[in-house]
Amino acid sequence: MVPQNLLFTKDHEWAQIDGDVVTVGITDYAQQSLGEITFVELPAVKKEVKVHDCLAVVESSKAASDIYSPLAGSVLEVNGELAAKPELINQDCYKAGWICKIKLAGLDTKHLMNAAQYEQYLKSV
Amino acid sequence: MSFIANTPQQQKQMLDQIDLTMDGLFADIPKELLAKDFNLPAGRSEFEVRSRLAELAAKNYTGLTCFLGGGFYDHFIPAAVYSIISRSEFYTAYTPYQPEVSQGSLQAIFEYQSAICRLTQMQAANASLYDGGTALYEAMMMALRITGRNKILIDDSVNPIYRVMIHSYTKNLSIDLEETKNSEGVVNRKDLLNRLDNSTAAVIVQNPNFFGCVDDFTDIAQAAHSRGALLIVSCYPVSLGILKTPGAMGADIAVGEGQSLGLMMSFGGPYLGFMATKKEYVRKMPGRIVGRTKDGQDRVGFVLTLQAREQHIRRDKATSNICSNEALCALTAIVYLSLLGKEGLKKTAQLCADKASYAWQRLTSIKGVKPRFKTKWFFNEFVLDLPANAAETAGKLIEKGFAAGFPLSRYYGDMENSLLVAVTEKRTRQQIGMLAEALEAVL
Repeated sequence: MVPQNLLFTKDHEWAQIDGDVVTVGITDYAQQSLGEITFVELPAVKKEVKVHDCLAVVESSKAASDIYSPLAGSVLEVNGELAAKPELINQDCYKAGWICKIKLAGLDTKHLMNAAQYEQYLKSV
Repeated sequence: MSFIANTPQQQKQMLDQIDLTMDGLFADIPKELLAKDFNLPAGRSEFEVRSRLAELAAKNYTGLTCFLGGGFYDHFIPAAVYSIISRSEFYTAYTPYQPEVSQGSLQAIFEYQSAICRLTQMQAANASLYDGGTALYEAMMMALRITGRNKILIDDSVNPIYRVMIHSYTKNLSIDLEETKNSEGVVNRKDLLNRLDNSTAAVIVQNPNFFGCVDDFTDIAQAAHSRGALLIVSCYPVSLGILKTPGAMGADIAVGEGQSLGLMMSFGGPYLGFMATKKEYVRKMPGRIVGRTKDGQDRVGFVLTLQAREQHIRRDKATSNICSNEALCALTAIVYLSLLGKEGLKKTAQLCADKASYAWQRLTSIKGVKPRFKTKWFFNEFVLDLPANAAETAGKLIEKGFAAGFPLSRYYGDMENSLLVAVTEKRTRQQIGMLAEALEAVL
């Protein structure tokens, strides 16, 4: 089950919109596919991103994967705890394992999936 | 005999299978690049080829007394170095592709990396790169990745061969590469600091620089850091036995040519590029990195670590296209350093400096021969201004048995009469005296 209050990308990022701020992380499917996460390269605060710009790099023992921004805006805050505890993404990807918060430049979310659509999408991948 | 091992019938079969003609297969290659006729002479027997090669080899001058430097130096190599590295388990091993079964190779590389860190006083080194020039290029690319900026300042006292390499590597990249001009043989602070701005990714300098002059870049490191730029220092490893290290100056990346660490001077190499950086940048460093760890039973073992950055995993997003290393050359360096030891390296460096100092005095006392620069802070190499063309003079000295130095006009237009002279621990007082006499005689 994926959390019902989130939006999702085809690249398995999740987005939680709260006013004009979106919190971004990766889904349970993503963290399971990556395996044990050993390092997270976080974006610089104030970095401007467009939809699908590279936001962060999550490195596991198997691969280093780019995390893309689900929405456009500027980075407001990063989850500094991941520096010492990257495994938070494995343990609690939807809460403690959040990656960063972005101050939104717009509220167009048409390109994102809701929970039901994402679950359907997961069946196809 | 055709180079291609398949028969015309087999070629036809293959082309039929993919429904193409030979011309169609090569259609993407521009016509002017297609080879027409190789017009090669008839083959010769092994005996004839050997005789011809021996004839050509005899044209080389061998046994010259070497005062040639410019990035490669004639240091003494203990016989044990080549005895050890010639062991077949080392000699035949390439960079480990099935790394964890090659614990011996990994340990050797790990020890090499540790030695490079101690030598440069940096925190993390990679398993080596092809040579000093490629190492410097990779360091530059690394700085661009780290800072996300586009401008590079490189001083013209950095080895010109490296600068030529960097220019050709970056010709088709949109990198703003600016050269600063040395003043009296060292980095011109005023010019450099003027050009250093918030778009600068890195400042690239060398110590001792191409003219042999010794500098302390601590001030440049501070200035670069205050602008969010990095400092890249290319250095001569033997000199680090007595000189201030890149780490102590505050450099972010230290690179250099490792030939002086037990590798023979040979035309075209193979040589050794070393690279070390601060821990915070280790994930941005190109190439392979060996780490020490413990296995499930708590036994010490070695692994290729941080591989996720490399091209076989990260593809086009990789830190570089380097996924190899100069394993045997790196092994040579660690064996050489182990045999010399900390004190041995210091003594070697001190001998080089002392003998160079003696040679400088002896040669500059010749009538008409002057030091090019005011500074007396050089390591084992210095520039002389001769009263005649340096390239011609060096040519005459070859006839007298000396490789007297490197004529700088090849890379510096205003230095027609300047000769770069290097002195290692191998040169004797007598040889220096003989060079001085020979130079005096040809001038």
